[in-house]
Amino acid sequence: MKRVYAKEEVCIGCRLCEIYCIFQHSGHHTLVKAFLDQENLPEPAVRVEEDGAMSFALQCRHCDDAPCVAACIAGAMTRDPHTGAIKHDEERCVGCWSCVMVCPFGAIRMDNEKGKVGSKCDLCEGKGIPACVAHCPNEALIYE
Amino acid sequence: MSEHTYDYVILGNSTAAIAAMEAIREKDAQGSMAIVSDQMAHCYCSPLITYVLCGKVPEERLNYRPRDVYRQLQVTTYLGRAATRLDPAAHTVTLADGVELRYGKLLLATGGTPIVPDLPGVDLQGVFTFTRYEDMARVREFINSHKVRQAVVVGAGMIGVKVAEAFATLGLETTVVELRDRVLALALDETGSEMAEQALEDHRVRVITSSAVTSLGGSNGLVQSVTLDSGSRLPAQVVVMAVGVRPNIKLAQQAGLGVNRGVLVDDHLRTSDPYIYAAGDVAEAYDPLTGEPRPLAIWPAAYLQGEIAGRNMAGTDVTYEGSIAMNSIQVCGLPTISVGLVEPPGRAEVLEYRSADGKSYRRMFLVNDRIVGAVFVGDVDRAGIITGLIRSQMDVSSFKEKLIQRDLGLLSLPKQYRKHIVMGPGIEV
Repeated sequence: MKRVYAKEEVCIGCRLCEIYCIFQHSGHHTLVKAFLDQENLPEPAVRVEEDGAMSFALQCRHCDDAPCVAACIAGAMTRDPHTGAIKHDEERCVGCWSCVMVCPFGAIRMDNEKGKVGSKCDLCEGKGIPACVAHCPNEALIYE
Repeated sequence: MSEHTYDYVILGNSTAAIAAMEAIREKDAQGSMAIVSDQMAHCYCSPLITYVLCGKVPEERLNYRPRDVYRQLQVTTYLGRAATRLDPAAHTVTLADGVELRYGKLLLATGGTPIVPDLPGVDLQGVFTFTRYEDMARVREFINSHKVRQAVVVGAGMIGVKVAEAFATLGLETTVVELRDRVLALALDETGSEMAEQALEDHRVRVITSSAVTSLGGSNGLVQSVTLDSGSRLPAQVVVMAVGVRPNIKLAQQAGLGVNRGVLVDDHLRTSDPYIYAAGDVAEAYDPLTGEPRPLAIWPAAYLQGEIAGRNMAGTDVTYEGSIAMNSIQVCGLPTISVGLVEPPGRAEVLEYRSADGKSYRRMFLVNDRIVGAVFVGDVDRAGIITGLIRSQMDVSSFKEKLIQRDLGLLSLPKQYRKHIVMGPGIEV
């Protein structure tokens, strides 16, 4: 299956990937409206890490042997049988953080207020090129 | 050929069994398969039964597969029927009602049974164990139909702590009694246990440690109190015994398979009989951190073992690399995670972090510059990065000081390792 890969050498840490990930999952049609609706603003599923001049963006790897699916005690983390992507069902999530315990990438974002997994990359549900990749100005994210 | 002849027979219906069933079907679309369980229930998330008891999770969410999953995967079910005898020479397993199933390959995924200490009064009504759906349903029914105001939970391990939390959430005056000097002693280090105990007390659970229960008292056949070795008596109209779980090895033992505390398996999850595999809480598999086999009653290991056993049963050659101990337990809203050895033998180097407000705590144990164990309390964000380093047993000497930094990320790790895990082996950018 296709995945998003990060090239840390060319990432400039602009965080546009985070912005467009939020927009994509906001349900709004314009960026401005999405960000005006602060209450319903989703967390970005991509996370930019920075350390001095170094930076890169990381989202769920959709692992073949996904440890989060094995560890989930609530049936909330599953693999889509058709696309192979790892999906998270917020309704089922009980916030036990077993997925946080086993994800070697630290790619799962915790929403401490809700007490559930906050957001998790869905590869933009297979609707073409994921938003983070499409809007990366320096081609630091590739989808292949 | 008997009508009860199957290429694959799976004994058990929890996570190891379900993972095996799906792994077998993925490889072998045609082979006939049966699932046998002494429980009636459809496959369900057993760790969630305390959440259902206190109403945090609706009951219908217990099932983690569609209702028709067995039909979809063409699996015949024998539910509510215990397997009572296994004959490896004849390739047969006999059920309690006398039906005999013939198997090509068999998986033992029969889990464990809670230990009930032999105490005076333990047979009184109102005394329960709490590992299965039926237990939860019985406790719920008992609480609703009797005047229950006070509860005692015996044992402050993972099950005991979660049951006590649920009782307190229901408004019962709850006490948990633990033999050891701290709660969650197998899962956490001393500081972690202290923080967990505080969280329980904040949730109005009374915690009594270093105490043994000597008897249970009652009237009219109903439990009324629990007596401790100190002589004190705790009033209780409901008691849950949660002192531990023992692997169900009887069937394997009678069949002459190799057993220790659990059923012994090799690196393909095969028992001493080449046609019989074992996975989950019943199995005693390899722990790479101790280098020894031990039963590891945790959900992620059960799933993984079931999956690998299933693939091997269906003819794919997959080696099981072993599982390390790990637990993620929410104690009354306080996240705790522990991975690997939390009481490492001999001399371990200790790295520790505590947030200024005292609410978060991280501790790591290192031997020969490799992390062998870690405890996270409060802020557990990105704990899995450390789990990855424990699994890979990587030399961390070059970035040791970054391990307990609050902003630990993949950028903290050496570039080669980061690329290896992010891009996968063999990919270079």
